[in-house]
Amino acid sequence: MNDATPEPAYNFAYLDEQTKRMIRRAILKGIAVPGYQVPFASREMPMPYGWGTGGVQVTAACLVPEDRLKVIDQGADDTTNAVSIRRFFARTAGVATTTRTTEATLIQTRHRIPETPLHAGQILVYQVPIPEPLRFLEPRETETRKMHELEEYGLMHVKLYEDIARHGQIATSYAYPVKVSGRYVMDPSPIPKFDNPKLSGSPAIQLFGAGREQRIYALPPYTKVVSLDFDDHPFQASKAAHDCDLCGAKASYLDEVITDDLGGRMFVCSDTDFCTDRQAHGKRGRVSAPVSGDAA
Amino acid sequence: MYVAVKGGERAIDNAHAWLAEERRGDPAVPELSVAQIREQMRLAVNRVMAEGSLYDPDLAALAIKQSRGDLIEAVFLLRAYRTTLPRLASSNPIDTAAMAVDRRISATFKDLPGGQVLGPTFDYTHRLLDFKLAAEGSVPPAPQSPATAAPVPHVIDILNRDGLIEAATPDDTPDNTPPPDLTREPMELPAARALRLQAITRGDEGFILSMAYSTQRGYGRTHAFVGELRIGHVAVSVDIPELGFAVEIGEIELSECETVNQFSGSRTQPAQFTRGYGLVFGQSERKAIAMSLVDRALRWKELGEDDTGAPAQDEEFVLMHADNVQATGFLEHIKLPHYVDFQAELELVRRLRADAITLQEAAE
Repeated sequence: MNDATPEPAYNFAYLDEQTKRMIRRAILKGIAVPGYQVPFASREMPMPYGWGTGGVQVTAACLVPEDRLKVIDQGADDTTNAVSIRRFFARTAGVATTTRTTEATLIQTRHRIPETPLHAGQILVYQVPIPEPLRFLEPRETETRKMHELEEYGLMHVKLYEDIARHGQIATSYAYPVKVSGRYVMDPSPIPKFDNPKLSGSPAIQLFGAGREQRIYALPPYTKVVSLDFDDHPFQASKAAHDCDLCGAKASYLDEVITDDLGGRMFVCSDTDFCTDRQAHGKRGRVSAPVSGDAA
Repeated sequence: MYVAVKGGERAIDNAHAWLAEERRGDPAVPELSVAQIREQMRLAVNRVMAEGSLYDPDLAALAIKQSRGDLIEAVFLLRAYRTTLPRLASSNPIDTAAMAVDRRISATFKDLPGGQVLGPTFDYTHRLLDFKLAAEGSVPPAPQSPATAAPVPHVIDILNRDGLIEAATPDDTPDNTPPPDLTREPMELPAARALRLQAITRGDEGFILSMAYSTQRGYGRTHAFVGELRIGHVAVSVDIPELGFAVEIGEIELSECETVNQFSGSRTQPAQFTRGYGLVFGQSERKAIAMSLVDRALRWKELGEDDTGAPAQDEEFVLMHADNVQATGFLEHIKLPHYVDFQAELELVRRLRADAITLQEAAE
């Protein structure tokens, strides 16, 4: 699948080689110090800040002509911004693109980790809006950097504790903070906390790019990532208590779709590739049409 | 059977086609040329060049045309283009004392060497809509006088001779280190003054204006006088290693503002005036004046003044929020789908509500 013909007026994958080298250095540093936010000289990209410029720059620095790129937003390949970014690289890098998680060598994502487990050799690039997990507790960058340096994460635990005192549980449902290799507290980007367990021990390289905030951080393969919690209030990955209405999956993250104005709703996999693949293998949900010879 | 919404690609293509049509407007009305924008919308072109950090009136005019007059969008287009350009060389520092001035005024001295030159300013126009402009017509030529070759020294240098104003250090970075480059290195705080000035000169005019205005209204008061405002062209030269000397590669229009600010002095230092500095591409004097006020307000630490907690004194606050390309991108990104996060929140709120209702019922 190729969205457009390559653009000859720009360098491979848009960025010039010096810029890519600068970004690769930041990535390597990030991999060497898992969870540490590496400042990098983020460039203006031809899409707005906040729309994935960090992820796009990381992807541009990682892509080679042999790559097969998948881009998802909200788990889906066909959301408009995913389409836009996939086209951008099809045009500026001429790389092959795919919607299949298993076939992709590099996956850029916003807000989700694919349901299908990643394998060694794959790179997952996250778009990050606010890389600083402590930002909403302390607005000053100068302060939060100090807190990371001193491993001073008491404020975060107080916040989580206050949640429990107030609500009986930790009231953070996405961008749920994690601790990486027992050292840095890291923002996993606004993925639902349902996805947090997939961060840990993944055979793939996970890279996080925040363009506007000029930060890159990384999880090398098989890094231990622990979602913050308390002994008496252990972390729980949660999702809507339903099965997918299209493929019947019981353990995938679901989008809620309003079907009428009478309270009618259905739940479908947010990961479109996962859902399509299951349906292709004959899996059926509550509202899907039955298939002759359906064994699922 | 339900089918998930598809067709993002076609929707994008159609949206772009519609946008192109809207940009053109009524085809019965003649199309604007880039040259018309460049010549007749010059202050808009200047603003786009200043905030786009790229001195190229033609490209800025093109960006304004493409963005349908949305100047922040035009700034963004120019920045995105600029970032792809190779850096061939760094110019020598420009000499604004040698500026060929179109406008040069001082609010601190009635007359001074080089004189007061009003230049093309709105200042003393009456803001009455000129309905003659609605009809097309030619403009009679403005009276001319020969340019004088007399030097136009900086007003501040005259004060400096008497030690009445703080000495200007070219830069507060250590000797022989080139000034930091905001477009090539990540912003690190605390920022040197050179880096602050870079951030402010490309910062959003409205934001810098409001920050400067807030200092005038008492939030980090600096008592500024416009020591001098000068607008004109300066030569840009580059050292050519093969030749062994500098070659003039062109000239750019700049607005420069130097403010004179009160400073009461301390036990060890006699009272002295202090400086604020603004330098902006093109005729952009509102921005240049605002920049010099904000620069001065941000210098409180170095001058041993009190932190009054004013926003304009807060380097991190000012520098991190001045860039309109960053700001608008992040602001508008909330238009993008957030189904996944919202679903997680929805699920959390439902669970919290269920817990609370259970407790309520148990209590009853």
